Amino acid sequence: MHSYFRAPLTRLPLPGGFQPPPTPTPPAIMFSIISVANLSKTYGSGFKALKNVNLDIKHGEIFALLGPNGAGKTTLISIICGIANPSEGKVLVGGENIQTSYRKARSLIGLVPQELHTDAFESVWATVSFSRGLFGKPKNPDHIEKVLKDLSLWDKKDSKIITLSGGMKRRVMIAKALSHEPQILFLDEPTAGVDVELRKGMWEVVRTLQQSGVTIILTTHYIEEAEEMADRIGIINKGEIVLVEDKATLMSKLGKKRLTLHLQGKVTSLPESLAHYQLDLCDNGATLVYDYDTKGERTGITSLLSDLRTAGIRFNDLDTTQSSLEDIFVDLVRTS
Amino acid sequence: MNHRAVRAIYLFEMARTWRTLLQSIVSPVVSTSLYFVVFGAAIGSRISQVEGVSYGTFIVPGLIMLSVLTQSIANASFGIYFPKFTGTIYEILSAPISYFEIVLGYVGAAATKSIILGLIILATAGLFVPLHIQHPVWMLAFLVLTAVTFSLFGFIIGIWADGFEKLQMIPMLVVTPLTFLGGSFYSIDMLPPTWRAVAMLNPVVYLISGFRWSFYEIADVSMSVSVAMTTAFLLICLMVIWWIFRTGYRLKN
Repeated sequence: MHSYFRAPLTRLPLPGGFQPPPTPTPPAIMFSIISVANLSKTYGSGFKALKNVNLDIKHGEIFALLGPNGAGKTTLISIICGIANPSEGKVLVGGENIQTSYRKARSLIGLVPQELHTDAFESVWATVSFSRGLFGKPKNPDHIEKVLKDLSLWDKKDSKIITLSGGMKRRVMIAKALSHEPQILFLDEPTAGVDVELRKGMWEVVRTLQQSGVTIILTTHYIEEAEEMADRIGIINKGEIVLVEDKATLMSKLGKKRLTLHLQGKVTSLPESLAHYQLDLCDNGATLVYDYDTKGERTGITSLLSDLRTAGIRFNDLDTTQSSLEDIFVDLVRTS
Repeated sequence: MNHRAVRAIYLFEMARTWRTLLQSIVSPVVSTSLYFVVFGAAIGSRISQVEGVSYGTFIVPGLIMLSVLTQSIANASFGIYFPKFTGTIYEILSAPISYFEIVLGYVGAAATKSIILGLIILATAGLFVPLHIQHPVWMLAFLVLTAVTFSLFGFIIGIWADGFEKLQMIPMLVVTPLTFLGGSFYSIDMLPPTWRAVAMLNPVVYLISGFRWSFYEIADVSMSVSVAMTTAFLLICLMVIWWIFRTGYRLKN
């Protein structure tokens, strides 16, 4: 499970910013860049925030970690990034142990925490340059300029952070995380409290980062964000990883579909012969709704349509919708 | 050694000094000048010489130590407490930087500020009283040793404090009284025997005594004892900091 390919990693080019290459190619997802094994965390109060967590993040992917409040998302990120000590277990980043080889491990990581922690009285330029120095990188004003321009912060470079809006502060945090050209970026609730337009802008930034070879791990409350962005999704609840799956597989494996039939005429009641389909009559009898499980061998659609014809119920149009990740998530968290 | 990280922290902390110049430099200089006016000129004029030097001259090393001690603690404790308070400590903890390098950055900056301040106060004192430093190298060595030691102590307070009240508590309730009772304004020999014995338990006595010796060759205890006691306190502070980082106390738990 925990296999590391050190040689390929050392040959990886540093991202050097996050503009896509001239001919973007999908990143090769081949090895684990982060490997978490049997990780547990018990706080001084006795609260078990993580219970024997095992997780592998593949190089180049966007991994979304979903979970309700207090599930352990931030604790997991904090341990991987070196902010909190683990109680038990092992974490490797780029094949390097985060405790015994912390310099190499941490230099690969950029972290954007959930809260807007900023040095209020520093300028944007100074704080982003500080982050680069802190990670041991030589000065590179061109890179800082590029990061600030890509995040639409260039005209604010001399402004004190205290004067910026919440959305701008969030982008400053991202700029700080990108200042040292990390190969892995952690985004802890990156779009919490951010308006829709800015959220979509951030999704774009994340996508272009991925194209430049950066592995991205994001936690989010917004299911649509995971649905929109992620290659794989992990669900954490009460300190345990409940599920890790490719997004598409997850959707098809666990998803339910809904068939909606728009009837030619209104129907007041359904005949007994259709009772076992458990249909719902909606819109005062104008539409008929049938929920079916895509996992089942038989969806029952063919026989339903045939039985409808026999019963003399005709329709003008039909459409099907897949259940959202949110439905899947709520189901899983409830059952776990 | 991540020397760039040390440099980044050091310069960041020094930049804070220039931003808060009034509070960092001007305020201690003004208060020291007031001490000279009150103790040196007003009261001191009625006191005859202390161990061969005028009273105004006698209190100079003590006044410098008073400021260096309190400012070292204030600078270092605030320097590490503020990132904890604002949450920006996440970046320090997640950076590829060792504990030693973190301490070097913060304590180095705090000690630098104190040393600069000590020298400014020395220059200010020169405007009020005639000064002649017998052992300038020892004087500088003591200044550096004290600034570093008490910056380490301040760093510990900054880690330990979980509120502004605690941040102020040790400097206000422990350090200032110890400094006033440590012979800043008098020689320990002036005390009755019992109080003299009690005073010898005060670590600040050894600092001020050693520092004063480097100025006038007047000391309450021998120079070697002063150096040994200060070094011992330095080692204790280093051990506490080593323990803090090893356990993650108030930082990673």
